[in-house]
Amino acid sequence: MEQASSASPAVVGIKRALPILLGYLPVGFAFGVLAVKNGIPPSVACAMSVLMFSGSGQLMFAGLLGAQASSLSIIAAVGIVNLRYLLQSAAEAPWLTGLPRLQRFLLGLGLTDETFAVHVTALQKGWARNLTTLFVCNHLAQLGWVGGTVLGAFCGGLVHDVRPLGLDYALPVMFLALLVLQCVSRLHVLVALFTLLLACGLKYVGMTQWNIALATIIGAGLGALLVSRRERHE
Amino acid sequence: MSEIVPSHSLALYLCLAGCVAVTVLPKILPVTFLRGDSLHPLFRRWLDFVPVAVMSALVGSEVFFYEGHFNCGLSNLFLVVSLPTLLLAWKSQNYFLTIAVGLVLVILARASGLY
Repeated sequence: MEQASSASPAVVGIKRALPILLGYLPVGFAFGVLAVKNGIPPSVACAMSVLMFSGSGQLMFAGLLGAQASSLSIIAAVGIVNLRYLLQSAAEAPWLTGLPRLQRFLLGLGLTDETFAVHVTALQKGWARNLTTLFVCNHLAQLGWVGGTVLGAFCGGLVHDVRPLGLDYALPVMFLALLVLQCVSRLHVLVALFTLLLACGLKYVGMTQWNIALATIIGAGLGALLVSRRERHE
Repeated sequence: MSEIVPSHSLALYLCLAGCVAVTVLPKILPVTFLRGDSLHPLFRRWLDFVPVAVMSALVGSEVFFYEGHFNCGLSNLFLVVSLPTLLLAWKSQNYFLTIAVGLVLVILARASGLY
């Protein structure tokens, strides 16, 4: 995606953020529409996109609020779904070694499934870490997310259903595209297939909130185990 | 009654504050306080597989559960669209193109009345 090493760090960050922005605008829009439909004031919906910056968590909040769930069960559901951030944040830590704590904190605030995936993919491919690129990309991505939410929350009354616009597929297709970029070896493909089946199986038997975190922990464990075994044989 | 969250009320804002906390804390705590250079090698190896594992878990539970129900048949639009999209993503390695084509396919399928 970004070969030109001569490009300035800010330009690299913009290029890296553009595809994320393309995905966040429609998903943010869909969240804004759904939030207002479920009784969240438009201004609060926009504040959520600034403060939470989490597609799955915010969509879950709006959905459960509409379903009249209790406050505690909403917080618990959002917290469990967001456990994966704990794993992603830990996985990003080794790449940010040597940076001041405040900057690591600020980069953590900008962590989403998408920003995490594009940064780590670039770093794994040998990209020399650059703070400007990281921050430009994260902030542009969030700008798209908040912008989409503002449009959806304040103009969403014009849209009766987001399905004909394909907006409900925006998040799945982003995940799919990021997954393919992550499959850099045969072992990664194996881990991906295993984790995918496991997450589906867990969800199928009724584990609808824990399935992502649990499947990730076990799937990454399989990968680590296989790498360790291969190194012992060599 | 106090269990239900009415909109525009203190309860809504308290619930929201809780959700912000459980979203932001997992994002910032490890990266802020974990010293990346002092991790056990096996733990680092495990962390290396977290990206691919998270993404495949998310893809699985989004694509195979269409409109809330498990569905691995042709009536699952997301699954049907995801197959050519996956092929395109693999061949092109282009994130932008993959998302755009995937969304257009869903829009076309629904506009055609098939789904």
